Amino acid sequence: MRSRSGGSTEPQGRRPRRITAGRIGLYAFLLTAALFFLLPLWIMLVTSLKPMEEIRLGNIVALPAALTFEAWGKAWSSACTGLACDGISVGFWNSVRILVPSVILSIALGAVNGYALSLWRIRGANLLFGILLMGAFIPYQVFLYPLVRIFSAVGVYNSLSCIVIVHAIFGLPTMTLLFRNYYAGIPADLFKAARVDGGGFWTIFLRVILPMSTPMLVVATILQVTGIWNDFILGLTFAGRENLPMTVQLNNIVHSTQGERAYNVDMAATMLAALVPLAVYFVSGRWFVRGIAAGAVKG
Amino acid sequence: MTAVSVRDVSIAFGMLRVFDGLSLDIEEGEFVVLLGPSGCGKSTLLNAIAGLLDVSAGQIWIDGRNVTWDEPKDRGIAMVFQSYALYPRMSVRENMSFGLRMARTPKAEIDRRVTQAADLLQITHLLDRRPDQLSGGQRQRVAIGRALVRDAGVFLFDEPLSNLDAKLRNELRVEIKRLHARLGKATMIYVTHDQVEAMTLADRIVVMKEQKVQQIGSPAEIYGRPSNLFVAGFIGSPQMNFVRGRLEAEGNRLAFAAGRHRLPLDAYAFSDRPEPGREVVLGVRPEHVEPGASGVWPGFTIDIVEPMGADTVVWCSDGTETIQVRTSGTRRVAPGEGLSLGLDAAQVSLFAADTGERL
Repeated sequence: MRSRSGGSTEPQGRRPRRITAGRIGLYAFLLTAALFFLLPLWIMLVTSLKPMEEIRLGNIVALPAALTFEAWGKAWSSACTGLACDGISVGFWNSVRILVPSVILSIALGAVNGYALSLWRIRGANLLFGILLMGAFIPYQVFLYPLVRIFSAVGVYNSLSCIVIVHAIFGLPTMTLLFRNYYAGIPADLFKAARVDGGGFWTIFLRVILPMSTPMLVVATILQVTGIWNDFILGLTFAGRENLPMTVQLNNIVHSTQGERAYNVDMAATMLAALVPLAVYFVSGRWFVRGIAAGAVKG
Repeated sequence: MTAVSVRDVSIAFGMLRVFDGLSLDIEEGEFVVLLGPSGCGKSTLLNAIAGLLDVSAGQIWIDGRNVTWDEPKDRGIAMVFQSYALYPRMSVRENMSFGLRMARTPKAEIDRRVTQAADLLQITHLLDRRPDQLSGGQRQRVAIGRALVRDAGVFLFDEPLSNLDAKLRNELRVEIKRLHARLGKATMIYVTHDQVEAMTLADRIVVMKEQKVQQIGSPAEIYGRPSNLFVAGFIGSPQMNFVRGRLEAEGNRLAFAAGRHRLPLDAYAFSDRPEPGREVVLGVRPEHVEPGASGVWPGFTIDIVEPMGADTVVWCSDGTETIQVRTSGTRRVAPGEGLSLGLDAAQVSLFAADTGERL
């Protein structure tokens, strides 16, 4: 054997072709699929930017000839939801007020729960976790009536705290599962070292474990923000008339019409309601996929 | 004075009993190595001493106190782990001072101890780095530093060098030994499956297998007078040679016989003189076999030669027995050569074939 220095050695034969029939087919399929899923969004967007005269012509895919943002303004501040005509803005702020405490509370509970179940190995941890997981598989509808009775007995029914508690409860199984699996991947030695160093339950959690949890915190936030923002049935049932979330208000706008149906306003209102989850998807693409994978594969 | 005393300890995981009444006394300032293959329970024992694992029966005493139910932090111990276990979101300085901060030590005292430990381990220039900016060897230095800072009387090491490459392992091994000498009165309990670490570091080695202590003794005792076949085979590289045979009487003298090979046992120190006719296994270390022309066991041929630099391991065989011989690295030997083997009865070990115990 001798070693070469200088000169170059070419691989033999022709380089394999990059573009094959299979590749072209693959791209054609991907493109069609993307168009198929983008089409509704496109129709919503262009319709919301057209005046009603243009919509009546029926070219739903066409670009607006006379671009107008009137429908968006109307949807935000003056569209009628039932008797009140304040637009969807009321619902937007209601949703924000529900969202922020619900997300924080459910993630905090899930993280502590997952930490206790995976690292402290308390007696019966697996049984507790099993019961909690079962909760994730029971349909919401089963809980609605009992919960309504419990909350009205306690006297918090139809209030902001009521809907926040409900979101925290329903988020608990998923959040616990997510954090428990993440913490199960942390080397046990790290936890032992912290115990030898004198950390207690809360010090180890706050000073060692939580600073390591950033990826899971991001994923959990994404899941909870989109989930809670898109919720309809829980908000309708538990929030009370004063705190109805945006999704419920949107439904009221679309269904309370006098005379001609204002498609452009409906579409604009829908777009407004979808803005928060859309923004979350766009900003956090990589993390979002990771979150779905974490929820789906582990368990 | 006894620094650590394990008294009649039993440990059970659910229905599975791992230890049943195990006892061990460790003197102050002693370096004790728990040695055994994986799954022998050595780490379990260490975790029980640290208080990271509850015992189901028995007591653990550290420094004259019964600490059986004390939290790890109250036992006066420090621990170093195989995976380093550095807190990833803290700087080296914060890692080292975490325990002291938990104990609300005054800031000046923390600084003094961290500086001192960092000096001792030559990691002063790393103090402001994060663990992920360090190499494996540096990480383990920091982990040792974190243990030093605690000012504990007893240091527990759980396979601290197993994740490092061979060169670093040798360096840090020497450093740990130097550290033990410098700290003077510090007791160290060190778990490993590496016999070289055990032999080089230990004042006493505890050889374990399947949750049972096989032998406790100085490295020289363990190596020279292994108490059973397992210890004999586990310690030493290349491995001890084993030859099956029987004891035969020659008048009132005993001799070992295997096929046509014989070895008079006048010089062998029996712990309890056995009766002739007993089935035995003769164990002899490769360096205690003298290859030559006039040995007591003739008729061997060299099969394979393994040069290792300083010395050469020669595998030779007579058709039924294969014997490894360690000889000087400068000696010229070639496969196919015939030779006879010289053995000294004072240097061999004899084990009962049925129980495996030393005779």
